[in-house]
Amino acid sequence: MTLADVALAVLWLAVVAYLLFGGADFGAGTWDLLAGRGERGRPVRELIEHIIGPVWEANHVWLIFAIVMAWTAFPLAFASAAATLIIPLTLVAVGIIFRGSAFVFRKSVPPGRLEELFGVLFAASSVLTPFFLGTVAGALASGQVPYGRLGDVVGSWVNPVSLFSGLMAVLVCAYLAAVYLTGDARRTGEDTLAEYFRTRALVSGVVTGVVAVTGLIVIAQFADQLFIGLVGVALPFAVASAAAGLASLVLLALRRYGAVRLTAAAAVALVLVAWAAAQYPHLLQANVTVQQAAATDAVLRAVLISLAVGALLLVPSLVWLYSLFQREGRRQRADV
Amino acid sequence: MTALGDLLAARMQMAMSLGWHIVLACLGVGFPALVLLAEWRGLRTRDETWTLIARRWAKALAVVFAVGAVSGTILSFEMGLLWPGLMGTYGEVIGLPFAIEGIAFFIEAIFLGIYLYAWGRLPPRAHLLAGLPIIVAGIASAFFVVTANAWMQTPVGFRVEDGRVVAASPWRAMFNPAMPHETVHMIVAALMVSGFLVACVYAVALLRGRRDVYHRRAFGLAFTLGAIAAPVQVVVGDVAARAVADLEPIKLAAMEALLRSEQGAPLQVGGVLSDGELRYALTIPHGLSLLVSGDPNSTVPGLETVPPVLRPPVMMVHWSFDIMVGLAFVLLGLSLWFAVAAWRRRALPASSWFYRLAVLAGPAAVVALECGWVVTEVGRQPWIVYGYLLTAHAVNPVAGLRLGFYGLIPVYVFLTIAAIYVLRRLARTPLPTGVAEHVADYRAVGGRS
Repeated sequence: MTLADVALAVLWLAVVAYLLFGGADFGAGTWDLLAGRGERGRPVRELIEHIIGPVWEANHVWLIFAIVMAWTAFPLAFASAAATLIIPLTLVAVGIIFRGSAFVFRKSVPPGRLEELFGVLFAASSVLTPFFLGTVAGALASGQVPYGRLGDVVGSWVNPVSLFSGLMAVLVCAYLAAVYLTGDARRTGEDTLAEYFRTRALVSGVVTGVVAVTGLIVIAQFADQLFIGLVGVALPFAVASAAAGLASLVLLALRRYGAVRLTAAAAVALVLVAWAAAQYPHLLQANVTVQQAAATDAVLRAVLISLAVGALLLVPSLVWLYSLFQREGRRQRADV
Repeated sequence: MTALGDLLAARMQMAMSLGWHIVLACLGVGFPALVLLAEWRGLRTRDETWTLIARRWAKALAVVFAVGAVSGTILSFEMGLLWPGLMGTYGEVIGLPFAIEGIAFFIEAIFLGIYLYAWGRLPPRAHLLAGLPIIVAGIASAFFVVTANAWMQTPVGFRVEDGRVVAASPWRAMFNPAMPHETVHMIVAALMVSGFLVACVYAVALLRGRRDVYHRRAFGLAFTLGAIAAPVQVVVGDVAARAVADLEPIKLAAMEALLRSEQGAPLQVGGVLSDGELRYALTIPHGLSLLVSGDPNSTVPGLETVPPVLRPPVMMVHWSFDIMVGLAFVLLGLSLWFAVAAWRRRALPASSWFYRLAVLAGPAAVVALECGWVVTEVGRQPWIVYGYLLTAHAVNPVAGLRLGFYGLIPVYVFLTIAAIYVLRRLARTPLPTGVAEHVADYRAVGGRS
């Protein structure tokens, strides 16, 4: 295993963490959008606000982290992807601005029209951001981004594989959020809300599963390289993902809310692992390897050592953050 | 606007995003310190007014930090979207400080979440301590990001062959020659902006006759931060200017509008360029030579030492520099006024003229900040990595790049209006929980308040 492989693994860890944590925050925004207007949706919105309030910013940092890792470890691959996928990435950036700012703005204004406006902005951008990020992932996975030169700025991400991948991203985020929120509502003693999200977790889980399987046909049709990888070397991961997904549905049906968090997260994380396994050792295109695209060893070594030292601070801090807010029993009025 | 080229549009987009973010980023460095100071004094003196100030500021901090976090994220996107030529080659050289900054920002976000939401859930002292990492990580973030910027001014620590970096020493790149003065200058600027900007809100209230202890203390604390930072900044700025003279002579020539190398160069303030000459400038003979090297007859290199295509836009850099310096001295004067009143009478200045000026001090600090940043970045043009890569060669070659800039303008307009509206609202709304309840919260969780 070379330094480039380690760097790629760290980058992928950040991407997985972003999907599992940050993605779930976006998914919560999707449920916020679907909660119904005004007073009807208020309990759902209050729970969402209460749960993601303290953690969304920390969860968001995984994305910044992944971007920085990408440009540091694989500079030209990053630059190629950014240049070619400028349209969806700009839309992601705008979505991130609106999601984050509208979320705090909504909390800071009294109930009324303005609160609703910020709410819609928050929720709509929570759906659009993962969608466009998904199209980016689809473009990267299906070899639409040429290495070292500008590709087709529209066709690279407006194609069946990218659109499927965008849809999957939205569904996966919503599914994760529903699973997490079911447990959160249970913990804070709001059984009605727990049932509400349990139903949504079951439905979105089934829909996500069906779409994922259907998507394999799209991938087989339009991205044969990726498909060969997925049914070849990555097959164990894909199968494991499907198994974890099925197990999650069973656990949800049995109301095992603690265990289902783990299996649902595993099902989602394994999709990303399967993608990575299907492509490895290639990056962006079949003629570019991870090794070729990697930065010089001196840079990789310095960055990885710094991150290892940083992790000593980071991991306990993260653990404290999550345990502090996951430990609470009955919901207290949010302070900010 | 149809004539706007894609390169210029990309630069404008970067300038808009960065110029916007830099204000929030400064508040992200200095404002948490103010909140913690207020909370600390509240705990120490058992005075509820301080606690009330801390709690209200914490609400504003939540908004400022969130908007700062998202506007900063966009920048990391734009580095690639707009400047793939920079990132594709040199991304790895500046990767290390950004990676470390990532850690620092992570710590900041984590403890901010804890600090803002665990109020009443943690014992008071633990809560106060949970806020400290925000300050440390905030300053660290600023430091590491600025080291990367400093590298663009004085790039070292790499070797390029055929457009690829073949050898890099990332630590050397990070600790580049412009790093010391640029980072310190930026961090002190952040404290100045935070102090004067927060104080300006309360100066308005004091002028309107709300001279109660709450407003006096809030003003006094915030203004003190600005007043301490201002004289420091004047000294740091002087050191920085000498370092620029030494490391980036062309930038210095643009800052001082020194068109031709001169022995015993004059200091020229203001002025306009006409027919290749600077006219109507306030001129101090030998001033520049004296300031730069301590010798009134030393030679200072002028802009003619590089071909015209490699010169930065002189007037923009020169005027930005003069405005920054001018405002810095105005803020220094105001800080002295404040200090004299505090020392003589142990009270805030009485004159309403002081408060009128203090209202302007907030925007003035922001303008000085933006001008300083224009000096640094525009003064580096036409290079993006000085001496190695031209900005024009780094830009994304995609057609229609300008559309992104046009599209983002309304986003930033909306964001500005909404943020100001929400912050003003927060300043006016009474807090939902009284301080007495807040103290009771602490007792409920076992705090000794």
